[in-house]
Amino acid sequence: MKLLVAVKRVIDYNVKVRVKADQTGVDLANVKMSMNPFDEIAVEEAVRLKEAGIATEVVVVSLGVLQSQETLRTALAMGADRAILVQTDAELQPLAVAKLLKAVVDKEAPQLVILGKQAIDDDSNQTGQMLAALLDWPQATFASKVVVAGSEATVTREIDGGLETLAVSLPAIITTDLRLNEPRYASLPNIMKAKKKPLDVIDPASLGVDIAPRLTTLKVTEPPKRQGGVKVASVADLVAKLRTEAKVI
Amino acid sequence: MATYAAPLREIRFVLNEVLNAEQLSKLPGYEDATPDLFDAVLEEAAKLCVNELLPLNLSGDKEGCHYENGVVRTPAGFKEAYTKFIDGGWTSLSCDPDFGGQGMPHLLELVVQELICSCNISFGMYPGLSHGAYNALAQHGTDELKQRYLPKIVDGTWSGTMCLTEPHCGTDLGLMRSKAEPRGDGSYAISGTKIFISAGEQDLTENIIHLVLAKLPDAPPGVKGISLFVVPKFLPNEDGTPGIRNGVMCGSIEHKMGIKANSTCVMNFEGAQGWLIGEAHKGMRCMFTMMNAARLGVGMQGLGLSEISYQTAAAYAKDRRQMRSLDPKKQDHTASADPIIVHPDVRRMLMTMRANTEACRALAYWVGMLLDISHKHPDPEKRLEADDLVALLTPIVKAYLTDHGFNAANLAVQVHGGHGYIHDYGVEQFVRDARITQIYEGTNGIQALDLVGRKMPQNMGRLMRRFFHPVSAYLETQMENPNMLEFLGPLAKAFGKLQMATATVAQKAFARPEEAGAASSDYLRLFSLVALGYMWAQMAEVALKKVESDDKAFYEAKLINARFFMQKLLPEHGALFVNIMAGGKVLMELPAEAF
Repeated sequence: MKLLVAVKRVIDYNVKVRVKADQTGVDLANVKMSMNPFDEIAVEEAVRLKEAGIATEVVVVSLGVLQSQETLRTALAMGADRAILVQTDAELQPLAVAKLLKAVVDKEAPQLVILGKQAIDDDSNQTGQMLAALLDWPQATFASKVVVAGSEATVTREIDGGLETLAVSLPAIITTDLRLNEPRYASLPNIMKAKKKPLDVIDPASLGVDIAPRLTTLKVTEPPKRQGGVKVASVADLVAKLRTEAKVI
Repeated sequence: MATYAAPLREIRFVLNEVLNAEQLSKLPGYEDATPDLFDAVLEEAAKLCVNELLPLNLSGDKEGCHYENGVVRTPAGFKEAYTKFIDGGWTSLSCDPDFGGQGMPHLLELVVQELICSCNISFGMYPGLSHGAYNALAQHGTDELKQRYLPKIVDGTWSGTMCLTEPHCGTDLGLMRSKAEPRGDGSYAISGTKIFISAGEQDLTENIIHLVLAKLPDAPPGVKGISLFVVPKFLPNEDGTPGIRNGVMCGSIEHKMGIKANSTCVMNFEGAQGWLIGEAHKGMRCMFTMMNAARLGVGMQGLGLSEISYQTAAAYAKDRRQMRSLDPKKQDHTASADPIIVHPDVRRMLMTMRANTEACRALAYWVGMLLDISHKHPDPEKRLEADDLVALLTPIVKAYLTDHGFNAANLAVQVHGGHGYIHDYGVEQFVRDARITQIYEGTNGIQALDLVGRKMPQNMGRLMRRFFHPVSAYLETQMENPNMLEFLGPLAKAFGKLQMATATVAQKAFARPEEAGAASSDYLRLFSLVALGYMWAQMAEVALKKVESDDKAFYEAKLINARFFMQKLLPEHGALFVNIMAGGKVLMELPAEAF
């Protein structure tokens, strides 16, 4: 069984994000970038399926700038077999990403596509769902446990009310939640081997997909600074304030 | 609390922009050692160090090692961390691919050592000592010994130690009493007591391979009669698994000032079976293979500790609010006091730490790169030149970087005030951990003697010329660049003093060797300051070219630190010069009984 995993290069989770002075976006110059943590979990899950003998090949795909190759190499070092970069400097919104991924899926014909549930930069949480719709495949999002057997995947999902278990027939789309697994450290020999694994770079134009943005960013601002709190004298006081000032109850 | 992020941007600056370490990938055998691979390796090493080793540093210090009936238990978490470390293949980084190594340059190994030592020096010593044993066996062992021991040392399932010191013989190994009797089957029976054996016994590996210095029955007296033996804790079976227990036991562990999570053992050898490494009576030569690499490694401990000390102190200084800035314009009236980083004296401490650390890093990495050139360059002349520089600069790296590591840790405590003195803040541990680095692998006094007594006169001063000529040439060519003058002026002045001091010490020592001994520590420090100034000049040269790039803040900071070094740290050379020129007579005047 072939698995496809989508990974995104995002601003590192440890970096304090700064908004550009002209409010057009976030400052990415000389900022540490790394693999979206949810995508790391997706790669880990795919590699575990391969180690368990369920998957035969793990292909990782990324869409974006040239430097996304580093992110793909990280996935290769974790154990993926080969990589594809759809290279573009253009702004990619979730619909464009889903369409490009669909084109890659059409070419590669995987049985299962695993993606992070969302990327920590724009937190859209849309790509996996859109891809499932475009492919007309079943989807199981926010996975915290995945069991693949035969032509079916049983997926435990984290939902507001607790856990839900779904069975989806393959081919299918799975998006990962934080508790699915704990990604491994890449071993030194695998980092070295990753350098020699195949990494194909393709031009989005060759996929015949319209990637034009459908949304316009008007401006980006920092969230408002948190105001200092007040100490209340009693519970009654607190309830009163919640009711009359905060108007939450 | 200890604050640390792996300084990967700083590391890349030195590797790629100052040293052009990419040149290593042109050397035969290092074709894969490209900057992108270095990056990938360092990113992962940083993750492992920060997530797994750093959290065990303070707890390991508090708990220490446990000894019971010859068995040593390392602190909680060490075994799990060590397993992750060897599963990642980190013990194999620069080892020979023939024995399962990854064949990466020593330079990369040194950089990874810096990261490990920032996060947990006690932990780092376990694989560090193994690597020393690997070096000695790989260079001097027979093929049979190599096949038997190296693959398991490389993959980390077995560890190694260096057993030199005895109760009555530390620096002076000629006084050694441990004996080796031939057993008639090509092996030897080793007996004696060794002390201060780092990682001599632990619960991390299934076997421990001791490299032991001892004397054969027909040994000539002194250091010319010492041989090196490999003595495993468990004698390996034919299939390579650990077999019966050998006659070597850990008698006790030391209770010591720092590096408490690393076991420091008394090792008793009672007729333990061992095998000769290298030639009989030539053990010191083999041991120095280990020692030279180990000395660079100890230098990296100093560097690693100075980096985490700086980062921790800088974070605290930006956070802690006490008193008002002396400049009314800089006062923050939204709070009742200003962060202490506004105070010039706090800045003096932080910049002293940083300007030294950044130059120490450049110097150490340069030596690391020279080490690789000395091994792999196809041109024998280039190899010799690099080898000379490594020999010359090793005592500088060992002594200056560890002195700075201790000073930086001490300054970090000072920046923290009373909180720095409290164990839970994790800063006083840096002072205690750093203190040993000035002592072991040859005290810093011994390093100074190595520099003036051995390296300075070697081949009629050839080693010295390997350093002096490039510095002269650099000053000459760069003088044409007006923007460089503010850096070159102070460097040229200090360099001139170093040359004069060199001539004086060499001349005086010829007539009276005690003069060299008296000048040695001051001379090593003077030499170090010039070497660091040379590094800063080169770093400033790069920064000047890039200060208008999109990473302006980084290069501006480099120039300010270069300026700080030239204006505030390098002038110490003047006092050192005066000390050296005053000679050593006054040191020797007081009769011993008057002390």
